[in-house]
Amino acid sequence: MIHVVSPGAYATIQDLGRPGYAHLGVPRSGAADVDSLRLANRLVGNDEAAAGVELTLGGAEFRFEAGAWVALAGAPCPVTVAGRAAGMTTPTWVPPGGLIQVGMPAAGLRTYLAVRGGLAVPAVLGSRSADSLSGLGPPPLREGDVLPVGAPSGVITADLAPRARISPSPSVRVIPGPRDDWFGPEAVAALCAGPYEVTKDSNRIGVRLTGTALTRAVDGELPSEGMVLGAIQVPPDGQPIVFLADHPPTGGYPVIAVVDPADVPKVAQLRPGDTVTFSSRPSSRPM
Amino acid sequence: MSIRRAGQRGWLVETGALAVSHRLDALLRAERSQRVEEIVPGPETVLVVGSCDAAFLESLLRTALAPATTAAPGREVTIPVVYDGADLPDVAKMAEMTRDEVIRRHTASEYVVGWLGFSPGFAYLVGLDPSLRLPRLSTPRTAVPAGSVAIAGPYTAVYPSSSPGGWRLLGRTSLAVWDVAADPPSLLPPGTRVRFTAEAS
Repeated sequence: MIHVVSPGAYATIQDLGRPGYAHLGVPRSGAADVDSLRLANRLVGNDEAAAGVELTLGGAEFRFEAGAWVALAGAPCPVTVAGRAAGMTTPTWVPPGGLIQVGMPAAGLRTYLAVRGGLAVPAVLGSRSADSLSGLGPPPLREGDVLPVGAPSGVITADLAPRARISPSPSVRVIPGPRDDWFGPEAVAALCAGPYEVTKDSNRIGVRLTGTALTRAVDGELPSEGMVLGAIQVPPDGQPIVFLADHPPTGGYPVIAVVDPADVPKVAQLRPGDTVTFSSRPSSRPM
Repeated sequence: MSIRRAGQRGWLVETGALAVSHRLDALLRAERSQRVEEIVPGPETVLVVGSCDAAFLESLLRTALAPATTAAPGREVTIPVVYDGADLPDVAKMAEMTRDEVIRRHTASEYVVGWLGFSPGFAYLVGLDPSLRLPRLSTPRTAVPAGSVAIAGPYTAVYPSSSPGGWRLLGRTSLAVWDVAADPPSLLPPGTRVRFTAEAS
């Protein structure tokens, strides 16, 4: 059992989400920076799909009743375990009764804590992810919560993983469409001229941006249509919103372009005030 | 009609009509050869996410568009309703008919689940009697109980869980349209045919 001493600003349990239910109105949810959750899980020998904790701006403390291997990945935070300094992206032993303290990240927004065995809270529709849009899954962590840990399986094979630098001004690849023709001919170029700044009202549903307004060429309403992860939706004010894990499965504002899935984790690590520059070039990653 | 890229792993297929969306949805679900994660029908589109190629989608779209296609009609669900909703008197007044006439018209139509959205299990049912088309409430309620049967614009719906809502409440049903412990969790996937019947309170 793990006791939540302090969850920090906002902490939720996340795995890889609940795909396959979008046609029933269920968001996919899951870790916003899926690469970091997968990495943290691999470091403690878990299946990549195991449930861990997604911290927002760090600042959390957990006390471990039993000893356990843990690993942190994502936004780099100062960490102490039982009072001694520990590192990111390395398997770390927390002794029985030990406290793990995660400070504020120097860069980035979301840090993932994986525990060997995974968090064994009940699954809803096949996932333990907390969905902030629909309320499915476990509620956000609160002080005093107790989290069950599953049985360990697999082996710990790495001592330390190289970690990608988290940039406060990343370049992000997009593919234009599906509704780029609802905008003027210069709109995709304007989107990619950037940079756009991240606003305070960003969350797990979407990252709201401010910058050059993207002007519509087509008036009227778009009938509701399916939305993908990374969709850049443009409401009437012309300021783009990039959809993250808890995005609604359908929407009515035109999508000018979609962020490459490989770059969605970079967007998920943006904090208010950070900037992002889009480029319209395809990823080399195969489909 | 066209097939548009929706990012590296998605295609937005324009169907132009809800019935075509439903036929394409059924064809895609019956087809197991491609690795498709999500199929999301909408009023004039179907979003397909996963590893599948445009030529494959084009061939299925041609089948869905062919007038000869006689897809099996969707499953039918009958929803018993106690018509005692808070907005029933206002709806009757605005539609200029008696409450009984509102109930008669709401139960007379056969509806089809167009698509789901707003919240998990929230099915937009098309086929509402045009005389019952009314705008949403100007001030939405902060909490509408699960099972509330409501109308807004050209649609009717059953609230699958308690949520805020601006639709006009006609009544309530004890039938659970959404259950996360069930497989599938929704009683009303796209294409389901629905009838309402009036029940004594």
